[in-house]
Amino acid sequence: MIDPKLLADHNLTAEEYERIIRLIGREPNLTELGIFSLMWSEHCSYKSSKVHLQKFPTKGENVIQGPGENAGVIDIGDGLAVVFKIESHNHPSYIEPFQGAATGVGGILRDIFTMGARPIALLDSLRFGPLENPRNRAIMEGVVAGISSYGNSIGVPTVGGEVYFQECYSNNPLVNVLCLGVAQKSKLFFAKAEGVGNPVLYVGSKTGRDGIHGATMASAEFGKETEQKRPNVQVGDPFKEKLLLEACLEVMDKNLIIGIQDMGAAGLTCSTSEMAAKSGTGIAIDLDLVPQREEGMAPYEIMLSESQERMLIVAKKENVAEVQRIFAKWDLDAVKVGEVTAGGKLRVTFRDQVVVDLPVEAIVNLCPSYRRPARKPAYLKSLQALELPPFPSDLNSVLLQILSSPTIADKEWIYRQYDHMVQINTVLLPGADAAVLRIKGDKKCLAVTVDGNSLYTYLDPRTGGKIAIAEACRNLACVGARPIGLSNCLNFGNPEKPDVMWQFKEVIEGMAEACRVFSIPVTGGNVSFYNDTEGVSVYPTPVLGVVGLIGDISRMVSPGFKSEGDVVVLFGEDRGELGGSEYLRSVFKLERGQPPAIDLEREKRVQGLCLEAISRGLIRSAHDISEGGLAVCAAEGCYLGPGKIGCILDLGNSFREDALLFGETQSRIIVSLPSSNLAALMALAKESGVEAAPIGQCGGRSLIIRCADREIINLPVEICQRAWKNAIPRLFSLF
Amino acid sequence: MKFGIVVFPGSNCDDDTLFVLQKVLRQEAIFLWHKDHDLGRVDCVLLPGGFSYGDYLRAGAIAKFSPLMQEVGEFAERGGLVLGICNGFQVLLELGLLPGAMLRNKSLKFLCQHVHLRVENAATAFTHRARPGQILRIPIAHFDGNYYAPAEALSELEAGNQVVFRYVDENGETTEAANVNGSAANIGGLINARGNVLGMMPHPERASEAILGSLDGRLIFESLILWR
Repeated sequence: MIDPKLLADHNLTAEEYERIIRLIGREPNLTELGIFSLMWSEHCSYKSSKVHLQKFPTKGENVIQGPGENAGVIDIGDGLAVVFKIESHNHPSYIEPFQGAATGVGGILRDIFTMGARPIALLDSLRFGPLENPRNRAIMEGVVAGISSYGNSIGVPTVGGEVYFQECYSNNPLVNVLCLGVAQKSKLFFAKAEGVGNPVLYVGSKTGRDGIHGATMASAEFGKETEQKRPNVQVGDPFKEKLLLEACLEVMDKNLIIGIQDMGAAGLTCSTSEMAAKSGTGIAIDLDLVPQREEGMAPYEIMLSESQERMLIVAKKENVAEVQRIFAKWDLDAVKVGEVTAGGKLRVTFRDQVVVDLPVEAIVNLCPSYRRPARKPAYLKSLQALELPPFPSDLNSVLLQILSSPTIADKEWIYRQYDHMVQINTVLLPGADAAVLRIKGDKKCLAVTVDGNSLYTYLDPRTGGKIAIAEACRNLACVGARPIGLSNCLNFGNPEKPDVMWQFKEVIEGMAEACRVFSIPVTGGNVSFYNDTEGVSVYPTPVLGVVGLIGDISRMVSPGFKSEGDVVVLFGEDRGELGGSEYLRSVFKLERGQPPAIDLEREKRVQGLCLEAISRGLIRSAHDISEGGLAVCAAEGCYLGPGKIGCILDLGNSFREDALLFGETQSRIIVSLPSSNLAALMALAKESGVEAAPIGQCGGRSLIIRCADREIINLPVEICQRAWKNAIPRLFSLF
Repeated sequence: MKFGIVVFPGSNCDDDTLFVLQKVLRQEAIFLWHKDHDLGRVDCVLLPGGFSYGDYLRAGAIAKFSPLMQEVGEFAERGGLVLGICNGFQVLLELGLLPGAMLRNKSLKFLCQHVHLRVENAATAFTHRARPGQILRIPIAHFDGNYYAPAEALSELEAGNQVVFRYVDENGETTEAANVNGSAANIGGLINARGNVLGMMPHPERASEAILGSLDGRLIFESLILWR
């Protein structure tokens, strides 16, 4: 009997339950209730976000597949397509950092190879609480080890990412993983269950009791008892997934199958019902045929299990034996568990009894969609008010302090635990503005970045949303790549709170506007709500994964200064903005003010100039000004270069000195070039309508910054580098 | 010279090695499937990097029992050239074709980075294209590369000139800091007494193209190609 407590345990409201009864014309049994609870969970149904997600532009001439599949697909010419997606694994990573993060990697990898693409790169966007807290260090160690164990073993390089440390993530870390794959355009596969009578094959690991209700767990707030949910977190087996990857790509390469979907969140339930719903068919499966790891599993458990490394395949009838032969070669079973049917029903039998008989349309597409109330938070006004703190006397030590703030500091401690070179495509190693991967046998390269400054979105969601897109594209422009597609992971608090819903709506509208200005299609992503612990929400954290294309690999640029005597030129115009800056945050513990303003048209011109200057071969380095401002950008330019060359810059005196050095005014890039190219660059800048000013020269062993002839920074490059490089290792060895 | 690259379940540098041999160095190279019993008349067997069988037991411990390893053992016994890279080195240790064992890195963390290697013995089939003492820059990527052997075995290796590569700093010094994984005597690669089986932790296939930042790895493949 289904009572209110059972409904509450399944995270379904009374109204939702009534809707279920109306749709199926009777009361569901317990297994059916479990199915609805998963498929109508926020995580699977996007019921609170759908109305807003529709605002994203999703079309473009090169878009082969937009949102709605396992991953987005973009045509990159020469018969090739890139397949990519970013996804969160936040809740599991808090409960069990190692396995939570590892299975996050496993899940996103499956999303990519399900489509027929070989995964060639992983990037992670991570958010932790401050490292001074031992618990946050333990979470970070676990997450990094989990990512490393899975990615390294399966042989997909983790080539980049970003990490921020803020108090709001102490009890709710964020783990977002992007995977990028490359496929032959003619060999893409989709989640289809076509052809009545075609066999449904179950491949990969056996089904166990792990992960039951993972998707519902990710759709609720955390309280004190959350740690008891550990059994809900799945355990990853990267070796099994490697076999699955090779076997799946082989059957796809031989064109033996019709459709395929991975069993991720909501497992067998989601894959069967979604594949059928997409094709207007039904699926009948017999649970007695499903390979099981444990004895005595009930239909409810088998249908809801989230055991990892499993796939569902609809094969062509005549090819079953060949598919099974290939899976056997990789020591995997491919078991026929059912077939495609007419009539649009998911029909599940267990010991000769029908245990589920539901219309797939109701499960997949008829979940209610909510336009939840949104209200501008009252705290915002006072938060945006900023009284600048007194001016620090020693700007050298302030710069060193910012360079050693974990958010700015070198992340080598993390990325050297990741195999970032396997597959031998990584031409720009971690630490640059974007990761760059060659495509073997082609002149073209792919660039990828993940980005998202949540302090900006917290202080002004709409502006923050625009900046997130602008900055991600700017990072690509700095290596010479034109953005071609975007996937986003939207990490927010409880959507039932009007404050959170307002942040969500504003961020999306800001992002959507920026996407239109830059003509970038959004090809997919994921929404992670309920990032609240004990009632406190994380900052609204959109994380963007943007993929770009470099037409000619010989025209790639990196952030470090290359040569003594090169001229340093600043693109863009300073407005001396300190609100929401890393400077105020790390030096004064202030997370307030108005984030920097953004003019999207100006941004587009600046990026266009940078791309043109690179493609004409005028500049030798480019690095965007972001957290930490111009001073951090210049310091990085010095020590990221091969010779660790210093530079002497003069910034004028239009603003107070700390604003000149550490302000985060957008749409700015620092480039360096041989003086012989300066005239051509300045002419190009003028033509592009972009302010460009020579501000100094590379040379010497020190970073020297003047402000209208008065020296305000003078530090040996080596000292800057040491502060930046040692900060994170020191935090792990001190305690 | 015809190369055969053994593919174990979980190998993940097999494609990379094949690419370098076929496309970069224009050599004949084929994959050898671990379940077969046929070496395909190759002149050199390569055991590539990766996580054979997931490395859930000791790294390389299960791969040792792959059917093809019988033929690889016989091939080595006949004096055939065998190169084990990273996981392949670990497999060679498990097979007993090379002495010693691998422990976890001293940091207890996986390490992926470029290292400097000094060529200690340039009179082998795998290194004769290098100068004695030449410093090579080649990346490592492993969790268990902390080479261990008992003191007597180590002195035997040294006496027989079997230590082929040592981890050094950029000036060629065997410092403790340069010994990133904590290996005994900074050992990064060693050869059997007969001189036909070499194991090394660094990945030469990742340092064989200018676009990837180093060409030093080619010396090893080129040595093999030009051997006799």
